[in-house]
Amino acid sequence: MRIALFVTCVNDLMFPDTGKAVVTVLERLGHEVEFPLDQTCCGQMHANSGYREEALPLVANFVKTFSEYDAIVAPSASCVAMVRESYPRLAPSAELSSVAGRTYELSEFLVDELGVTDVGARFPHTVTYHPTCHGLRMLRLGDRPRRLLEAVEGLTLTPLEGAEECCGFGGTFALKNPGVSGAMLADKCTAIRTTGAEFLAAADNSCLTHIGGGLSRGDAPVTPIHYAQILAAQ
Amino acid sequence: MSGTGNIVTRLPFPTAARRELGDEQLRRNLRKATHTIRDKRLRVVGEVPDWEPLRFAGAAIKDDVLARLPFLLEQFEAAATAAGATVHWARDAEEACAVVADLVRATGTAEVVKVKSMATQEIGLNEALAAVGINAVETDLAELIVQLADDTPSHILVPAIHYNRTQIRDIFARRMPGVDVDALTDDPPALAEAARRHLRARFLSTKVGISGANFAIADSGTLAVVESEGNGRMCLTLPETLISVVGIEKLLPTFRDLEVFLQLLPRSSTGERMNPYTSLWTGVTPGDGPQTVHIVLVDNGRTDTLADPVGRQALRCIRCSACLNVCPVYERVGGHAYGSVYPGPIGAILSPQMSGEGANRTLPYASTLCGACFDACPVRIDIPQVLVHLRQSGVDAARGRPSAERTAMRTMSFVMRDRRRYAAALRAARRGAAPLRMVAGRRGAIRHLPWPLSAWTSSRDAPLPAKQTFREWWTREHSS
Repeated sequence: MRIALFVTCVNDLMFPDTGKAVVTVLERLGHEVEFPLDQTCCGQMHANSGYREEALPLVANFVKTFSEYDAIVAPSASCVAMVRESYPRLAPSAELSSVAGRTYELSEFLVDELGVTDVGARFPHTVTYHPTCHGLRMLRLGDRPRRLLEAVEGLTLTPLEGAEECCGFGGTFALKNPGVSGAMLADKCTAIRTTGAEFLAAADNSCLTHIGGGLSRGDAPVTPIHYAQILAAQ
Repeated sequence: MSGTGNIVTRLPFPTAARRELGDEQLRRNLRKATHTIRDKRLRVVGEVPDWEPLRFAGAAIKDDVLARLPFLLEQFEAAATAAGATVHWARDAEEACAVVADLVRATGTAEVVKVKSMATQEIGLNEALAAVGINAVETDLAELIVQLADDTPSHILVPAIHYNRTQIRDIFARRMPGVDVDALTDDPPALAEAARRHLRARFLSTKVGISGANFAIADSGTLAVVESEGNGRMCLTLPETLISVVGIEKLLPTFRDLEVFLQLLPRSSTGERMNPYTSLWTGVTPGDGPQTVHIVLVDNGRTDTLADPVGRQALRCIRCSACLNVCPVYERVGGHAYGSVYPGPIGAILSPQMSGEGANRTLPYASTLCGACFDACPVRIDIPQVLVHLRQSGVDAARGRPSAERTAMRTMSFVMRDRRRYAAALRAARRGAAPLRMVAGRRGAIRHLPWPLSAWTSSRDAPLPAKQTFREWWTREHSS
C-alpha cells in the first residue's frame, strides 16, 4: 500500500512537528510514508469563504498530486472533510470522488484501515480532548481519537464540559466576527481550565491555534497539542 | 419578486452583534434558556427509535411539496374554497398587509386577537393594522410580553427568550392595563394568571381573530396550528371572523403526511413528546366556530428562494427553532443581531434568499460552519452547505468590484497552485516572522498584530511560524 502524507498548509508552515509525528507513528507501525512535494493547500479557506473560482486550481492540484496513492492521510479533520465532503460538490468528477474516498484523517486510517488502537506511545500526562466540529459532525470520527489516546501508556484523559461546542474559530469567522468568536473562545477556555488537564488535544491545529491563543492570552497553564504528537511520544 | 417586511436587516451582522455582546444579562438569559431547551430536546429525541428515518421522511415530503408547489397550491385553494373559506394571494408583505387590513376594516371592528404567527411578524402586520387604527392584541404569553415591552421577538419559538422573569414582572407592572401591581410577583404562576385575566376579556369580546398556520393540507384545504397555551384555540374558535396568514411553503400534500410532522415538530421545538394543543380547521362549519374564514397565501420572496436548486431546501423549514437552540453564535448574540424575524442559522440562509441579492449580505458569514444546526434540523436542511453556497453567490455577484479580500484570496490561490511559488512563500513567511520572535512572549506567541490581523489579536495571542517548515525538514531528511 502506497501511503501519502498530506501535511496541510497550516501544519507545513506553523506546526511541522505534527507532520513529523504522523511519519513517526506510521513508520513505527511498519509502514512507509511518502510526502509528495507537489502538495500545497486543499483550498478550504477559499471555498468556505465563497471563493469557488480561486479554490478550483487548488482542488485540481490536490487531485493531480495524490491520484497515484492508495491512501492519503492527513492530521487535520477539517482539511479531510474539505476533500471528502466539499470536493465532490465543488467540481463533481469520477477522479475527484475517487481521491476523496481514499483520503483519511489519521485516526480513521489507524483504527479503520490498519485496525490499530495501541500505537505503542507513552505520554505520562493529564490530557483533555476537544473534538473539533468538522471531525465530529462532518467526518463522524466518533470515539476513534479517544480510543487511540486511551491506549497511550501513562495518559490520563479528563472529560471536557461542553466538548462538542464550537470553539469559535471558523476560519475567516474569527476575523469577520471577532467579538462573537472571542466570546465563544472565552467559554471554551474556561471549560478547559476547569478540567485541570496539562494538555489540550485536538485533531486540528487551526482550532488549536485559536484555543491556544486564548489560553496563552489568559496565561492558562494548559498546552495545546495535536493528538498525533501524543501518539508519537515515547 | 423579492420579499419585503421584517426580513431585511438594517445593520451588518458584526455591528449588531457587537451591540448585543455588550449585554451581559442577555447572554446569561440566553445561555440558560437555550441550554435548557437543547438538553430537553436531546432527551426526547433520544427516545424515538426511528428518529433518523423520520427526519428523512420529513425532508422527502417537503421536497415533494416544493417540486409540485404550483399544483398543490391550486389544489389547496380549490379545497378550501369548496369548504367555505375565501382564499387571497399576496406577492409581498405590503400586499398581504393591505389584504388583511381591508378584511378587518370591512368587519367594522377596531380590535383583533392574534395567535402567535411568524408569517404576520414577517409581513409587519401589527404595525400595518395600527396605521389604519386597528389594535392587534397578541395572545401568546411570550408574544404579549414582547408587545407590551414595545420590543421585537428574538427567537422563533420563544419570542421573549431574552428576558428573565424579573424583567417580565417589571414589564407587566408598567404596561399591562388593569394589572394589580401590588399583588404581582415574579413567580411564573402569578405572571401567567395576570396574563390570563388580561387576555380572557379580549377573547370573549373581540370579533376578529388572526392566525398563522403550521401546516396547510392541500387535498382537504385544512389548516393546522400546534401550540402550548390554548390561546390559539381560543382565537380560532371564539371570533366571528378568522383570517389566517400562511406562507406558500407551509403545504403538505395529504392529511396522512401530518403524522410525520406532528412527531418531528414538538420534540424539535419545545422538547415535548406531543404539543398540548393541535387545532385543525377546514373552511366554515355552520353554527360552530368562525362563520367567515379568509386565508391569505403569502409569497414574499419564497418563489425566488425556490428558484435556487441549492438554497431552496431552506423552504423545508417548519420553524421549530432547534437550530437556534444549538447554535453557539445565536447563544452569544440573540435574535436581534440577525435583524430579520428569522434569526439564528435558519435565518442566516432564509432572510438573504427571501429579501434578494444585496440585502442581508453579512448574514451568511454569521456562522463558524460548525454543523450543529444541520444535526438538529428535523427536516435535514444542510444549513452549512447553503451558507457556503450563499457566500459564493455573494462573491460572484461582487466580481469586478475591487476588494482587499478578493485580492488576498486571488494572490494566495495563485501562489498555492504551484509547488515552487508555494515553497518560496512558506520560506518567506518563516524568515519574515524571525524578527517577531524577539518580541514574542514566553510561549513564543504574539500579543498584537497590525490590521486586519488585529481582529485576531483582540482576544487571542497569535503563534509564529516554525523555524523550519515541514517540507524543508522532509527534503533535508530525504536528500541523502
